[in-house]
Amino acid sequence: MSEVKKIATRESYGNALKEIGAENPNIVALDADLAGATKTSVFMKAFPERHIDCGIAECNMMGVAAGLATAGKIPFASTFAMFAAGRAFEQVRNSIGYPHLNVKIGATHAGISVGEDGATHQCCEDIALMRTIPGMVVISPADDVEAKAAVRAAAEYVGPVYLRFGRLAVPVFNDPETYKFELGKGIVLREGKDVTIVATGLCVAESLAAAEQLAAKGIDAKVINIHTIKPLDEELIVAAAKETGKVVTVEEHSVIGGLGSVVCDCLSAKAPTTVLKIGINDVFGESGPAAQLIKKYGLDADSIAAKVEAFVK
Amino acid sequence: MNTLELKKQANEIRKSIVTAVHGAKSGHPGGSLSAADIYTYLYFAEMNVDPENPKDPNRDRFVLSKGHTAPGLYATLAHKGYFPVEDLNNLRKVGCYLQGHPDMKHIPGVDMSSGSLGQGISAAVGMAIAGKLDGADYRVYTLLGDGEIQEGQVWEAAMLAAHRKLDNLVVIVDNNGLQIDGDIAKVNSPYPIDKKFEAFNFHVINVDGHDFDALAAAFAEARATKGQPTAIVAKTVKGKDVSFMENQASWHGSAPNDEQYAVAMADLEKVGEALCQK
Repeated sequence: MSEVKKIATRESYGNALKEIGAENPNIVALDADLAGATKTSVFMKAFPERHIDCGIAECNMMGVAAGLATAGKIPFASTFAMFAAGRAFEQVRNSIGYPHLNVKIGATHAGISVGEDGATHQCCEDIALMRTIPGMVVISPADDVEAKAAVRAAAEYVGPVYLRFGRLAVPVFNDPETYKFELGKGIVLREGKDVTIVATGLCVAESLAAAEQLAAKGIDAKVINIHTIKPLDEELIVAAAKETGKVVTVEEHSVIGGLGSVVCDCLSAKAPTTVLKIGINDVFGESGPAAQLIKKYGLDADSIAAKVEAFVK
Repeated sequence: MNTLELKKQANEIRKSIVTAVHGAKSGHPGGSLSAADIYTYLYFAEMNVDPENPKDPNRDRFVLSKGHTAPGLYATLAHKGYFPVEDLNNLRKVGCYLQGHPDMKHIPGVDMSSGSLGQGISAAVGMAIAGKLDGADYRVYTLLGDGEIQEGQVWEAAMLAAHRKLDNLVVIVDNNGLQIDGDIAKVNSPYPIDKKFEAFNFHVINVDGHDFDALAAAFAEARATKGQPTAIVAKTVKGKDVSFMENQASWHGSAPNDEQYAVAMADLEKVGEALCQK
């Protein structure tokens, strides 16, 4: 694992937008004065006339995206997760969700891995917010390969999609030659019989590394990557729960309302199972280098392995 | 349609508004009646629309940003032929497609779902940008309440509309002077409305919102205005033509009972009869 390439999924977002923009003239990108950070600047350089900078006005941007969608455009409205899902929640619900318009929300800088900017910009509530909107698809890709495929899938799907990207460069573990993104389908990355670790976003790579550590201690962990939080791949989750008996969820998001809650909602009805939720424990983040924060908040491989070990024993 | 015909049409639309809200036992008559002449002018004189082809990509668009006055829009769409006038009797009833606020998914002729104030204008700006991107010649109209412009999002949208020189966009403000809590000037004054839009680089026209000749001149001026969007600030009377509703904030969001309904319809019949003698 020493020479693994690292790319932030926001980079993947910008690059993918440019790619699909070349193929489909209806793709437009909107931003709110963060084009350099969300990487829609990559699209802007290629297609300046199709890049609409709305300035620092996210609520209006969501409405403008809705209007563009009514006229047949495929708008990707981009800003930080905090402002996309948080500040503009009601605009997303009423102007995009309620009319089920074909708007894609490209939310970057999700979670504590925003780093030094601190708690005001570290959104750990966006999955919870977005998944409550009827008809909203919620996608949280784990690496560059998956993120690019997710952007393409979102553009092909007709209806509102929330895409969650990160600021931090993360390991690219999927093979671009063989990787296939299927909306609503989880991916088993590692088989195991003692416990199932269900992870999303940057926690997938950390969970895979944790599984290796656990193996050394004689604990055989199955690892599932859930890139589509909504609709959830219930079949896969239920089967894994029945197979391993115990389930751990890992996410860079609040343990309230995120992947952990989604999995519990599913299992409580279909296969009651003891679930350990690893995530942000109902607290705000803080400033600091992303890698240090991930460790401090217990989302690194060592912390995950320790928690899973204690849970399984 | 000449001015007299427009007046008669507006009178019929007002009767339908009062009838629909009475039948629903809830709804927003005051702001529907104040805007009835504006709706009438837009759909029967100004806009390029065809009820037989409500999704025509080249049609003009209308976004009711002050979505609570849906009874006014629905009555207008029904009289224009988008759906049967009788369906207005089922406004706000369970299972009826005529929702309390405009629902583009289920109501023919509704170009955008709206109702949460401040949001419709943003969608209208998006439609106007799409028109510019496509080099299409359709125009986009959006109607806002004067209380609604207290919402910050309105000014976010206005700034972008002028910045992008959207001369295919017309923002109409229904300045009836009243909001739920009372006089807009006392609640949180948005005045001067015209100067605010001017400061946002709009071409601004003040007009009597019940004078069809003045409305015709204003919309013609908007059409001739290039390089910037137009705001038409229409001075209106809330509850217009229903004696006991006129200029009463209390009729913002309540329905007439049977007795009040009879009085309202008699008032409107009288207006209609006077028009027939012209």
